[in-house]
Amino acid sequence: MPRDTLTGSRIRERRVMAGLKQSELAKRADISASYLNLIEHNRRRIGGKLLVDIAHALGVEPGSLTEGAETALLATLREAASGGYMPEAEFVRVEEFAGRFPAWAALLADSQRKVETLQRSVEALTDRLTHDPHLAASLHEMLSTVTAIRSAASILAEPGDIEPEWQRRFNRNIYEDSARLADSSRSLAQYLAEADSEASETNAPQDELDGVFQKAGFHLPALETLQADVDAVAADLGQDVSQAARWLLRRVLLRYRADAERMPLAACADTVAVSGNDPFAFAARFGCDLASAMRRLAHLPDDILPDPVGLAICDGSGVTTFRKPLPEFPLPRLGAGCVLWPLYRALARPMMVHTEVMEQSARAAARHRGIAISQPTGPARPGEDVLFESHMLIVPEPKRDVSEPIRQVGLTCRICPQASCEARREPSIMVASAPRKL
Amino acid sequence: MSKQVLLIEDEPNIIEAISFILSRDGWTVKTHSNGADAVDIVKQRKPDVVILDVMLPGKSGYDILRELRNDPDVNGLPVLMLTARGQTKDREIAERAGCDAFMTKPFSNADVLETVRALAAK
Repeated sequence: MPRDTLTGSRIRERRVMAGLKQSELAKRADISASYLNLIEHNRRRIGGKLLVDIAHALGVEPGSLTEGAETALLATLREAASGGYMPEAEFVRVEEFAGRFPAWAALLADSQRKVETLQRSVEALTDRLTHDPHLAASLHEMLSTVTAIRSAASILAEPGDIEPEWQRRFNRNIYEDSARLADSSRSLAQYLAEADSEASETNAPQDELDGVFQKAGFHLPALETLQADVDAVAADLGQDVSQAARWLLRRVLLRYRADAERMPLAACADTVAVSGNDPFAFAARFGCDLASAMRRLAHLPDDILPDPVGLAICDGSGVTTFRKPLPEFPLPRLGAGCVLWPLYRALARPMMVHTEVMEQSARAAARHRGIAISQPTGPARPGEDVLFESHMLIVPEPKRDVSEPIRQVGLTCRICPQASCEARREPSIMVASAPRKL
Repeated sequence: MSKQVLLIEDEPNIIEAISFILSRDGWTVKTHSNGADAVDIVKQRKPDVVILDVMLPGKSGYDILRELRNDPDVNGLPVLMLTARGQTKDREIAERAGCDAFMTKPFSNADVLETVRALAAK
C-alpha cells in the first residue's frame, strides 16, 4: 500500500494559512520546532496522537491533513515517469517528491501535459497531411506542374539539336506551366497560413470542454431557469474554444437544460435532503431514466449534496464523451480508463444497473461507489439497431467494514500497480515484476 | 517495327514531353488521358510497355493495374507507375497491385527512358 507522505506539506500549508509561526505551532502541540520542521518537510512520518494534537492546534479535522487532492498530480507525474527511464527505487518515491518539491512537481506535471498536447498536435497535423483532400490535391497539382516543367526544360537543356518548332513548343509549355506553378504555390501558401492559425488550437476538443467546466464549474445557474437560453450560455462559455469543442459543449448544455426542466433545482434539493445523492431516488421521484438522474446529480451545486459526485459518460466504443472527475477518483485525460470500471461492464449488458464499491489501486485510501447503466441514445425504431452509451455516477463512499466485495480497479493500465490483472492491455511501469524487464 | 509505349496520363504538357523523348529514342508513343476506359484501350492496343499515372480522371491507376493483372490477355504486360506523392505507402500499394516499376514525380527524363527500355527488354 503506498504510504502517504504528504501529510507534512499539508500541515505546513495549513499553518501558513493560519498565519502561525513554526515555533508557535510546535509549542501548542508540545514538540520542538526542529521536529515540526522535519515533519513539515515530510522527513518524519506522523500519525496517532501527535497528528490529532497538531490538527487541534490548527483548528482543522485530522482527516484533512492525511487526505489530499493530489491524486491527479501524482497520476500525471507517474505518466511522466512512464515516458522515460525511471529506476523502480525512485519511482516509488513519487509522493515524497511531490511533497518535498511541490513547485518542481507541478512544473514537471505541467510539462508532461504540454508534451501530451504537442504529441496530439503532431498527430493531428500528420493526419491532416494524409487526409486533407485540399492539401493533397494542391500538392498533386504542384508536383505535376513541376514534373512537366522539368521534363520540358531538360529536353531543351540536353545537348543535341531540337527542331525550332519543338523548341518553341517546349518554351511555351514551360512558360505556361511556370505561371500555373506560381498560382498554385501562392494559393497553397495562403491555405497553409490560414491552417496555421487554426492549428494553434490543436487541443483535443474534449480537453477544451473539460477546461470550460473546470473554469465555470459543473453547476450552471444560467441553465436552471425557465427562460434559460442554451445558445446564449454556449456562446458565453465557448467563446475561447475551437468550433469542435463548442459543438460538444452545446450538446452537453442541451442535455443539461432538458434534465433541469424535468428536475427543477428546488425539487432536487428536497430529494437530496430526503435520500442524499441517490440516483434511484431521483429517477423514482421525477419518473425519469437513471442516466438523466445521474447527469442531474453531477450538475447540482456542491453545497446541496452530502458529497460532490463524479460522472463519466462513454459511447459504445468506450470513448469518454463527458468527464467530471473527483479529487480522489481521477478520470484519464487521454484514452480509456480501467476496463474493470462498471462504466465499461455496463456496455455488455445494456439496461442492467452495475453497482460496485471500488478502490483505485494507486490510491488505496479512497473508496467510491460506481453506479453504471448503459442506455439507448435515442428512441427505438422498427428494424433498426439502437446505439448505446454508458453512464457511471461516482459517489464517495466512507471507509468502513462492509460485507459487499470491494473491487480493486485502476486508472489506466500504464500507471496501475495491480500485479496480476486479466484486463491488462498495456504493461505497467508500476509493477516491479516481469513486464518492466521485457 | 518499332516498339510501342502506351502513356496513360492526364497532364498535357507531361504527355508532350514524355512523348517527345520516347519518340526520339525510336518508340511509337500512343497516349490516353482517361481512367474509365483505360483497360479497354490497353487491350485494344496491346503495347509493349504501359506508363500509368495514379491520379487519373474516372478511375485510379491502382484499380486499372489490378484489372490488368486479373485479365489473362494482358496480365504479363510491363507497367511503369507514375505518382505525384512519394510516400512509402504509395509505393507499397503500387507494388501490391503488381507494378513492375515505380516513379515519383518529378522524375528525370533519363530515368523514364532507361526504365522503359529495361521493362521492354524483360
